[in-house]
Amino acid sequence: MNPLLSVENLRIAFPSRQGPVEVVRGVSFSLGRERLGIVGESGSGKSQTGRAILGLTPVTGTATADRLEFDGIDLRNASPRQWRKLRGARMSMVMQDPKFSLNPVMTIGKQLMEAVKLHGGKSEARDKSLAMLEAVQIRDPERVMAAFPHELSGGMGQRAMIAMMLVTEPDLLIADEPTSALDVTVQIEVLRILDRLVTERGMGLIFISHDLRLVSTFCDRVLVMYAGRVVEELDARRMDEASHPYTRGLLNCLPTITGDTRPLPVLARDDAWLE
Amino acid sequence: MALIEIENLEVTFDGGDRQVRALKGVSLSVEEEDSFGIVGESGSGKSTVLRALCGLAPVTAGRISIDGKPVPSPRDQAFYRRVQMVFQDPYASLHPRHTIDRVLSEPLAIHGFDHAEKRVEQALEDVGLGSGFRFRYPHQLSGGQRQRVAIARALILEPKIILLDEPTSALDASIQAEVLNLLDRLRADRGLTYVLVSHDLAVVSHMCDRLVVMQSGEVVEELTREELQAHDTTRTYTRNLLTASAGFTRSPARPR
Repeated sequence: MNPLLSVENLRIAFPSRQGPVEVVRGVSFSLGRERLGIVGESGSGKSQTGRAILGLTPVTGTATADRLEFDGIDLRNASPRQWRKLRGARMSMVMQDPKFSLNPVMTIGKQLMEAVKLHGGKSEARDKSLAMLEAVQIRDPERVMAAFPHELSGGMGQRAMIAMMLVTEPDLLIADEPTSALDVTVQIEVLRILDRLVTERGMGLIFISHDLRLVSTFCDRVLVMYAGRVVEELDARRMDEASHPYTRGLLNCLPTITGDTRPLPVLARDDAWLE
Repeated sequence: MALIEIENLEVTFDGGDRQVRALKGVSLSVEEEDSFGIVGESGSGKSTVLRALCGLAPVTAGRISIDGKPVPSPRDQAFYRRVQMVFQDPYASLHPRHTIDRVLSEPLAIHGFDHAEKRVEQALEDVGLGSGFRFRYPHQLSGGQRQRVAIARALILEPKIILLDEPTSALDASIQAEVLNLLDRLRADRGLTYVLVSHDLAVVSHMCDRLVVMQSGEVVEELTREELQAHDTTRTYTRNLLTASAGFTRSPARPR
């Protein structure tokens, strides 16, 4: 079976005073209908990788790849018309912070129904939106439909955004730190919702996060990124077998509730990792 | 007697027609040279306790005393000599147009310390930044380096009590370890008392000997580190927090 998404040698560069700076340097992976985690620290290029797949690289940057294919469609030379057909309908993205990614002057209901209407299904837009809000476990969907983003808590806003991205039933969902702004208890709830939707609808999911431990419990496969490169690819169940010193360092430097290592091991960076 | 005593503290924010009771009678006491943790979800009032302690929140009832003496309101200079705070977001808590030198010299000037130059250099040395950082601006530093500057600013007045409001939640995991180690070392060297607020149970368990769990403006449980590590808790809420911290599980959470 062909993979849902294949990426080969993806490179993203931004201009600077010292000439172009490559923030993503040759990333390759393929994705089936599974949960793939991308982990790395700030500036490792994990978010830019996610954005490039949706053609959302900022205008100042340039993204090139030897291959960037989604379900047999070459994304490298896609026209704006093709992009409009793909984004939202077949692939979509959940952003990190609901406060900045929802339209502050539009009710949740209006934003949700806009997504449904754009991708067909005008008449049942309202019913579909309500059903979707229920699917992400919002207990009072009628009230949330009429609410503005500022009237919702962080967890509710994030669920509303997930509902908005999933209401068109995409094949691929890219979630960029979807739970980092949430409390631990709410975080697990949101993940459970995502997990159910992936399993029930057979979606492919790319889960971008800086939290290696969380990703390893949630995803099937994990890519570890460092300075724009994938330094290691791991089966999430075999995290202990990580061999790259960066992955090991990341795993070790987290404090645990039961552990009592003092001082915590810190990550010693090696210039050789940049190669 | 405990160093910090808080009794039935209430804080109410007045929002016109709507009043928000952020703290509904919180009592806790912190011993000298102790490291005390406050955990809870957003909106549980954990940061408000710290802000009330250093005079940044409208206290409507209750008593706060340090060393058995009630703290004056507004807080005086002597109070800030003893109590300093490190804020959550190092990107927002440093003045963007002041050099590190100015950030660190200002408290010294206000409190009339001598040998300002030596103290600034020493403070930078203590938090692991060389004097080469002295004339830089915050935007020239990384998040971890900024948080070190914020810690240096709190320490430069040689206080005894440091209030830490989520000191590492804006930092990467690898940088978090460095900052936590720094805080640990400083406490051991100087006999400081910490009150640390965090939503991360692992951080609190690593840093604190005792902790309280807060929920909607009230303290629901007080635990020692050993009790937390042994999951020895009677409250469902604390247990949920513990389960959630362990990561994602395929099946719905089972009580342990």
